[in-house]
Amino acid sequence: MQNETLKRLIKNGAIWAFIVIQLVFFEVAGRWWSLSDSAFMDLDNMLLLLKQSAPIGIIAIGMTVVMINGNIDLSVGATYALAGIVMLDSMNWPFMEAMGDAAIPLAWLFALFTGAILGLINGVIVWKTGVDAFIVTLGAMLGYRGLVFMYNGENPTYHLNWTMVDFAEADILGLQTPALVFIAVVLIVWLMMTRTVHGRNAYAIGDNREAAVNAGIRVGPHIVVNFVLIGFLAALSAVAFYSGSGSVNPNDGMLFELWAITAVVLGGTKLAGGRGSIIGTLGGVIAIQLLRKGLGHIGADTETVNLVIGTILIAVLFLDRQLNRKGAEELKV
Amino acid sequence: MTDHTPALRLEGIVKTFPGVRALDGVSFSVLPGEVHALMGENGAGKSTLMKVLGGIYQPDAGKIFIEERETEMRGPLEAKANGVMFIHQELSLAEELSVAENIYLGELPRKSFGRVDWATLYSRTDAILEKLKVGFNARTLVGDLSIANQQMVEIARALTVDAKAVIFDEPTASLTDAEKVVLFDVIEGLKAQGVGIIYISHRMEEIFKMTDRISVLRDGEYRGTLNTAETNEDEITQMMIGRSLDISRNVEQVELGPVALRVENLSCGHLFEDATFEVREGEVLGFYGLVGAGRTEIAETLFGLRKPTSGQIYLKGEAVKITSPIDAIAKGISLVPESRKEQGLVLGMNCRDNMTLPQVGDLTAGPFVSDGAEISIYDQYRDRLSIKSPSWKTAVGNLSGGNQQKIVIGKWLSMQPEVLIVDEPTRGIDVGSKSEIHNLLRGLAKQGYAVIVISSEMPEVLHVSDRIVAMYHGRIMREFCATEVTEDSLIQAISGIEGTAA
Repeated sequence: MQNETLKRLIKNGAIWAFIVIQLVFFEVAGRWWSLSDSAFMDLDNMLLLLKQSAPIGIIAIGMTVVMINGNIDLSVGATYALAGIVMLDSMNWPFMEAMGDAAIPLAWLFALFTGAILGLINGVIVWKTGVDAFIVTLGAMLGYRGLVFMYNGENPTYHLNWTMVDFAEADILGLQTPALVFIAVVLIVWLMMTRTVHGRNAYAIGDNREAAVNAGIRVGPHIVVNFVLIGFLAALSAVAFYSGSGSVNPNDGMLFELWAITAVVLGGTKLAGGRGSIIGTLGGVIAIQLLRKGLGHIGADTETVNLVIGTILIAVLFLDRQLNRKGAEELKV
Repeated sequence: MTDHTPALRLEGIVKTFPGVRALDGVSFSVLPGEVHALMGENGAGKSTLMKVLGGIYQPDAGKIFIEERETEMRGPLEAKANGVMFIHQELSLAEELSVAENIYLGELPRKSFGRVDWATLYSRTDAILEKLKVGFNARTLVGDLSIANQQMVEIARALTVDAKAVIFDEPTASLTDAEKVVLFDVIEGLKAQGVGIIYISHRMEEIFKMTDRISVLRDGEYRGTLNTAETNEDEITQMMIGRSLDISRNVEQVELGPVALRVENLSCGHLFEDATFEVREGEVLGFYGLVGAGRTEIAETLFGLRKPTSGQIYLKGEAVKITSPIDAIAKGISLVPESRKEQGLVLGMNCRDNMTLPQVGDLTAGPFVSDGAEISIYDQYRDRLSIKSPSWKTAVGNLSGGNQQKIVIGKWLSMQPEVLIVDEPTRGIDVGSKSEIHNLLRGLAKQGYAVIVISSEMPEVLHVSDRIVAMYHGRIMREFCATEVTEDSLIQAISGIEGTAA
């Protein structure tokens, strides 16, 4: 038993240990090897880090739920862009312009609704056709991105509203709105996954779908709810980010799905479903952002950053496999 | 026959798994040109023995001789190199490839630069197929063949090497009568070529028609070899079931309640046809038959996993339709499935969460699941079923088979069902926990549950049931009262022997 607790501790703690090692490494490397003249572990830098992690982080939280459930969603990047466009473009509509600042919450609602609907479409297709979520959302990724380009061609969509910008840059204890939204999402979804029936069923379906069906769980509708959730969160991520930036490029959000999946997997969620945690994903998101910032801090370029993250991802999964194999060696009679 | 060198000889094969002695000193030999039947109940060790022969398991002790040459089988390739070939019950063919490619998979004839020598491949294959007198050629896609013909491809594969021994595992399980005749001809042909054949089957009539000698395994032990011509079904049956096993039947008579479940003329395609039976409260109804006889399918239909094609189900006298597991659970039917790891448990989840899975939706306080309510249900059924687990937090995957099964039973008991169906209650469970689960099932009936037990193990059905339904090929052959049934009549009923149909 001792052994099992220890193993769990190592597994859940690994990502946080990795974060601490990074912090120390970049601090030391920056200072002693004089690769940078500023401190790395400084509060402003860390607060900024949380804000920068927010767009992918919010999506990664939704991705965790979908992946624990045994599915995947590759269309989140396109959903993110489309929700951003709907939000900013709707502010330019005559009746919205006439409303003044009162149009802002309405624009947010439009965006969130768009995300939820796109998620609903994915979910219903996965449920009703039985086609693998990977394929369905791969198609959706292409399709939704097509919608993005149909909306405004190659041109960016923009609308600058200073009230909205002020809102996006407002802060509590130095945490700006996107970071706050991210933290709120982490908390709410963490509660959902650990304390509610829906969360319990998500794990059960991901681990053993047949057993879940036999236990009388309505697997199809459950899966749809999770797709709606991730679509909603992708849109929420767009709302948090574009309220401040005021401009969407049709290529925005590309590769977001892969970054989100990377963070989720680094955080210990099993690709096949049934195991994983929201807090682990939070760790994964922070670890990736830290790596980017840290490597930048000591003067590495983006290409190097991607190479390092890719290598680490594979190394982590290899270690995880080794850890798991020990327990799984019993023979089936 | 003593002047022959055996094609294959086993000496004192022992194989143990944690908690189970699967093979305990098995020795017998197969002569060239002989069809040698290997018989035994499910779980007697036949498949383990075959896996040892095939190099999938390494024996803990004992030797394998091929033509009196001691041989170690370290893997399937080595078994093949030594001339031991298998015709498996479950076919392992690549459906998208041609017959020829399947037969020579892994050793396709080649030309320079690694190119496949198609001409040689097809001519060699056609030569083999000719010997088998089959109606397809080397270029046919395996996916387009019938099951029987796919089996022929497997047999053809065995003929590509200089086979010393060919093992047929339940070869007729999915064949029609006409196809069987073809298969038997092929076996006769192999025999004439001097190949030693091990023939595994439960079907007495085939055994007596096809084989020269019969070896019997029981509980992993070798019970002896008889000449087929000098024995009969009764003797073999006796050897297979033996009497050493404790089947102290529960004679205690319980006052039976009203009929809880009645099924009339229920059919589901050809899986099972015209099933009619009833279970009363306080009674255990046993379903006995071979694997594939349609017992599990009946259970799945009652639990809403399959749609019946005709027939009627009555619960407490009321006609009902059961459309889904959700529906079945709501109507008071619970199913402990055949394979607890695949269908019953969420292995990565802890004991408590597994037990409360079907009802966790009702155990909430506000938006959250109530820990207290869950723990109290878990504690209650842990005590009632004496589940041994370090704590409710332990992942179910780490428990022993017996305790895992109790978790599944506890899960369904906590739903207060009217009818509890238990499919293979003790599969893969050690002997000690077996009797515990048997007592548990008896106890449940005594408390007034209507219990249906499906089992492939005769001692088990005899021990727990009040009445036994014997099935063969999707049909209910006979219904026995536990106090009047004999093992012979039961074996005969599930083997489809004529004159027993009620």
